[in-house]
Amino acid sequence: MRTCLVVDDSRVVRKVSRRILEEIGFDVAEAADGMEALAWCRTAMPTAILLDWNMPVMDGLEFLVQLRREPGGQAPVVVFCSVESDPEHISRALDAGASEYIMKPFDSDIIECKFGEAGLL
Amino acid sequence: MTPGEISFLADLARRRSGVVIDADKSYIIESRLAPIARKHGFITLSELVSDLQQRQDETLIWAAVEALASTETQFFRDRTPFQQIAAEVLPAFARKGRQTVRAWCAGCSTGQEPYSLAILAEEERGKHGPMRMEISGADISERCLEKAIAGIYTQFEVQRGLPSRLLIKYFDKVDDHWMLSGRIRQAVQLQRQNLLTDINGAGPFDLVLCRNVISAFDPAIARQVLEQISGVLAPDGYLVMGAYETTAHHSPAFRAVPGLRGLYTRDPNHRAAA
Repeated sequence: MRTCLVVDDSRVVRKVSRRILEEIGFDVAEAADGMEALAWCRTAMPTAILLDWNMPVMDGLEFLVQLRREPGGQAPVVVFCSVESDPEHISRALDAGASEYIMKPFDSDIIECKFGEAGLL
Repeated sequence: MTPGEISFLADLARRRSGVVIDADKSYIIESRLAPIARKHGFITLSELVSDLQQRQDETLIWAAVEALASTETQFFRDRTPFQQIAAEVLPAFARKGRQTVRAWCAGCSTGQEPYSLAILAEEERGKHGPMRMEISGADISERCLEKAIAGIYTQFEVQRGLPSRLLIKYFDKVDDHWMLSGRIRQAVQLQRQNLLTDINGAGPFDLVLCRNVISAFDPAIARQVLEQISGVLAPDGYLVMGAYETTAHHSPAFRAVPGLRGLYTRDPNHRAAA
């Protein structure tokens, strides 16, 4: 089964994301910030990462930059999911190696579309 | 609404736009007409219906007919047809030395489809020789066309079907909305057209997209519209239908392109009735 790591400091967002992702066939793991997510990835690289931007301890972009330097860290397909919705943020995320970018609020339709675009479905 | 009111509306839609409305799905009728009723100051849909019946006011009738048709669409809907246009259709025209490909979106709703084609044309520029695409779109709904011409979409709309890379390349953020760049908007000509009555005289087109439109029509009308589309399609042109549609039940004027989903060419053996 393919795993998606949901990285978001909001428990509610993690819960909603989990429900949607499980419905489209992913095993879901959760992390509350970039540091936790990095620890998780060092144990086992997930297939996909749904990644918030603004989080305490380590934010999404910093995590993504770190991840890509890890052994095997090129593999996970990263989809950002953030309230930041200006073109500059989207551009920075894609330049850092994210495949797609979801602007909150989202629904199952958008997650499915974006995971499709990212080649995950 | 009463069964009588529903059948009146269904009949009105069928006669004016060819659209078949499932009388069992009264909630669809109600949700589509509610904004029209509000806008024109009716408290209930029954009041709207009785006004339609009594006054026969053409403006109100068309507002209702337009509202009853589905406007569901999205950027690069179903993805495959657009991949096929880039990978198969444009190269086929390029091999023939074609420099201009004329495309027409019949039933373009709020514009996502012709604009997707315009974005695709930009992305494909230079890959098929000196080819350029001329893109036009038509829809029966004035309201949809207004939105299409404005080229302004909600955050929700730009996240369905449109890759983020293309979003930041071709759109500007304006407050909470996203506005298509002038270059893409200007690449598309939009006009109001009723596929039932106004097709003749258009074309010829090398590519006609008529997706998720025919399947809403009464079968006899679907056949008639497809016949007319075959009349405006160039002899070597392509018709693209929706993901769950086929010309097979409706019209002998087309034949499917083997191996490509939803893509049709004119059947050279078919002689148009008109």
